[in-house]
Amino acid sequence: MKKTVARRRFLQGALILPMGWVMPSAAAETQARRQQVAAAIAEVFGPNRTVRAGKVQVRVPAISENGYSVPVAVEVDSPMTRDDHVRRIAVVSEANPLAVIAQFELGPQAALAKVNTRIRLADSQRVYAVAEMNDGTLWTGYGHSIVTLAACVI
Amino acid sequence: MGYRLTLGLMLASALMLVHAQAPGMAQVMQISESPLDKPLSGFHFLTPETRAMQQDDFANPGYLWVAAGAEAFQQNVGAGSCASCHDTKAMVGVATRYPKFDESAQTLINLEGQINQCRTKRQQLPALALENQGILSLSSFITQQSQGMPTSVSIHGPAAPWLERGKDYFFQRRGQLNLACHQCHDESWGKMLRGDQVSQGQPNGFPAYRLEWQSLGSLHRRLQDCESGVRAQTQELGSDAYLALELYLVWRSQGLALESPAVRR
Amino acid sequence: MTDQPTVRLSVPERAKAGEVIEIKVMIQHDMESGYRRGSLGEAIPRDIIKHFRCSMHGETIFAAEFHPGVAANPLLSFHMRAERSGMLTFEWIDQTGVRWSKQAELAVE
Repeated sequence: MKKTVARRRFLQGALILPMGWVMPSAAAETQARRQQVAAAIAEVFGPNRTVRAGKVQVRVPAISENGYSVPVAVEVDSPMTRDDHVRRIAVVSEANPLAVIAQFELGPQAALAKVNTRIRLADSQRVYAVAEMNDGTLWTGYGHSIVTLAACVI
Repeated sequence: MGYRLTLGLMLASALMLVHAQAPGMAQVMQISESPLDKPLSGFHFLTPETRAMQQDDFANPGYLWVAAGAEAFQQNVGAGSCASCHDTKAMVGVATRYPKFDESAQTLINLEGQINQCRTKRQQLPALALENQGILSLSSFITQQSQGMPTSVSIHGPAAPWLERGKDYFFQRRGQLNLACHQCHDESWGKMLRGDQVSQGQPNGFPAYRLEWQSLGSLHRRLQDCESGVRAQTQELGSDAYLALELYLVWRSQGLALESPAVRR
Repeated sequence: MTDQPTVRLSVPERAKAGEVIEIKVMIQHDMESGYRRGSLGEAIPRDIIKHFRCSMHGETIFAAEFHPGVAANPLLSFHMRAERSGMLTFEWIDQTGVRWSKQAELAVE
């Protein structure tokens, strides 16, 4: 399957290159994905915020049978006390047409910063969760899922 | 598009080389034999996460329909609710006996056909449209009462010609891809087809919550999807052709427990 | 839509004061993303639930904003510290402002 795709891509490139069209490289795609996540964080939490990696765990299946319904488990390491707790969590996609998938607000009685839901994934990708603490700091973590295509195209 | 057709043709020709099954050769088989050594539920072919989704009675979205059906069963409509004649406990085991030959209608009916027969003849109500919320709720509720039980359909007497017809359908090539159910689901189950592993095509999980549908749906709807998959003309939901095929599939699945509401991809 | 869609709740009936309990909710809804096409290629318009809130005595315990990336028949699970007895109210509001709600009594001893 890989050979056929590679051959087709080469043919496409060979036909189209003379017109000055350039096929995006893998590096450019990764760049676009990172930018989508950064833009989403700015949209939800405001511009120029520092985001630290850590405290946030995102569990998604390594292989998702269907992109329509992917279970996500988000857990933030926090004592959830009055002085040290998570205020908000945003679930962000790096490759969906819409980056922000959901936002959660945890009230004073929320005992654990642990949320489960099911989301849609348009493609194999990282799913990020960004947590905003009561002291205003932002923390993030991600999980990666490979989204498979159905066998029969209907 | 050309790529997919190429793959389909390659698959079809590969299967042809492996096993040429012309109609007529099927009659050589005994009616009591199934080509499967051991039936395997569709559950077997799911990822661990999808299995977990099915087994968690809360996370399994199929239970939304079962809950709606439990309520509908008690609703006082027409000449009376379902519950006015049938105790809920009496529904245990009912789904295992369908499809069956109905003497009054002189035809094969499945559980949905039975529900609609009750509605029109006993509740004095119009039949429920197939594949809508109303019929799926009741059918999933009633089938769920038999969860864990093996099938026990009758294939003798007036049901026999229906089984034969269903078996013929299963072995008949169809569609642009010119494939018979038998070629994928008897001979190629376990093999990969793009990102999916081909299952045995067992019916024991239906009505099932299919991730592709984002909804619970009937076996007949799934059959329509299979037929579209080989680019064949689909039959109508509730048609005699699908009822016969349903009887054959249920007979072929002997030994498997009903899992409805199952989760399938 | 005038009929309330089916809602399922998983809430313990009773808990000890200070105990952490898990609450699970699911509502039957297509959560049509607006990105799908019908069999004739026509665009299917977006139709989603946008807000969810779980509250007790008027105070928010947990709330969610849904966007089209949330799957159909949305499931949510979250945790709360049982402090005092009361009625838990669960509300869902869709993109047109239609509101559905369900309640569950929690006894805290």
